[in-house]
Amino acid sequence: MTTLKQTPLNASHRAMGAKMVDFGGWDMPVNYGSQIDEHHQVRNDCGMFDVSHMRVVDMKGAGVRKFLRYLLANNVDKLTMPGKALYSAMLRPDGHVIDDLIVYFMTEEWFRIVVNAGTADKDIAWMKAQAAAHAPALDIADHPELAMIAVQGPNARAKVWEALPGSRELSEGLVPFSAVEMGAMFIARTGYTGEDGFEIMLPAKAATFFWNTLAEKGVKPIGLGARDTLRLEAGMNLYGQDMDETVGPLESGLGWTVDLKSERDFIGKAALLANPPSKKLVGLVLLDRGVLRGHQHVKTAHGDGEITSGSFSPTLEKSIALARVPNGVQIGDTVHVEIRDKLLNAKVVKYPFARNGKGLI
Amino acid sequence: MSNPSNLKYTASHEWVKTEADGTITVGITQHAQELLGDMVFVEAPATGRKLKAKEECAVVESVKAAADVYAPVSGTVTAANGALDSAPEAINSDPYGAWIFKMKPDNAADVAALLDATAYQAVVDSEAH
Repeated sequence: MTTLKQTPLNASHRAMGAKMVDFGGWDMPVNYGSQIDEHHQVRNDCGMFDVSHMRVVDMKGAGVRKFLRYLLANNVDKLTMPGKALYSAMLRPDGHVIDDLIVYFMTEEWFRIVVNAGTADKDIAWMKAQAAAHAPALDIADHPELAMIAVQGPNARAKVWEALPGSRELSEGLVPFSAVEMGAMFIARTGYTGEDGFEIMLPAKAATFFWNTLAEKGVKPIGLGARDTLRLEAGMNLYGQDMDETVGPLESGLGWTVDLKSERDFIGKAALLANPPSKKLVGLVLLDRGVLRGHQHVKTAHGDGEITSGSFSPTLEKSIALARVPNGVQIGDTVHVEIRDKLLNAKVVKYPFARNGKGLI
Repeated sequence: MSNPSNLKYTASHEWVKTEADGTITVGITQHAQELLGDMVFVEAPATGRKLKAKEECAVVESVKAAADVYAPVSGTVTAANGALDSAPEAINSDPYGAWIFKMKPDNAADVAALLDATAYQAVVDSEAH
């Protein structure tokens, strides 16, 4: 029998009435009552998420930037201001996606990377193997002792400032997708919900105190269920669903993160150039009654596709999905989704579906 | 919420109420709705459809997942609850009031043979371990 891993906030979740589930080997809260209420809470006010299962990896030493130029599909040369963050895929030599991640530029000798929970060990092994061959002097260390709490929603930043004295002065000037250190804490104006807010990394032993302080300020805990519907509405890709090691970034809606224009070589680049994609990721809105789910078959005039992520959208009160379809499919087309032997009509739309509290469809 | 003692149950988490005219009303239990979470879509069987016991005949979908609903006994569908089209969340707030379909059983004895509240609770308890 395997034992589920626990974040430092495990007891707090149970005390707050969370329904706990096995989430990729972690014992995590899926909701604290109603997933839909939690979803609206984040869009309309703010909520907090325990994302301590995600892993922080620090790369330190001379030549970090040069190494990351080679390791990542996006170009870290876009990072010129300390604290600035970049979203990127990390590819295999065949151009398929090992993981998606956020990389923060802190100094020329320190870049911080945040990777997905389920892929963390694989990612770190890959980073270390590449470093051994290309940058043996680099120090690559992960930090499982860091907890991570995301506070998201229109009132998120104000609530964090209330809960964390001194944080306003340091973080009010942060532009979106950048971070600042505050003692042992790391405050990033990033997120995964389509709302403003912070993701805060802090020592595990301080996590419960900070979580409870946020709760005292009225910040509601939000489970992984609502995290998924929020991210889907926001058009954020999820590793393991919208992309994985069987597909490339260009078929996964990540073309905007792949730098094929500069002279820079990176792992997977040659394969991407040699294999132009025949499919792309689009948004779908179901026109008939039902719910779109991952792996449902999509029939189009240009050939077949597949839903990669689908759910009911609490903001739009419709069923929405991301789907990988043939390149010929255009925004506005009607396609057919096979659900329990029936073909239902869905409209192809440009995602995101919702941002900053509002539906966009 | 305990399971009403005037109802019958299936191990697949349907509740069954016998009406005065011999038809039965079917819904899903408190335990089932709790497992599924916020309900967003219900597809009931068409009136007139003939069902075999344990046949998949309806679908309830929550934000999280889709689940099949099974015919508790063999018989013919006599009504579907259209109110759930616009308010599927009624299953969450009132699982024993928000019925999904009604049917006329082929054999009344089949209904009598379903689980009572105590036996159903034992099924729920055994699933928790």
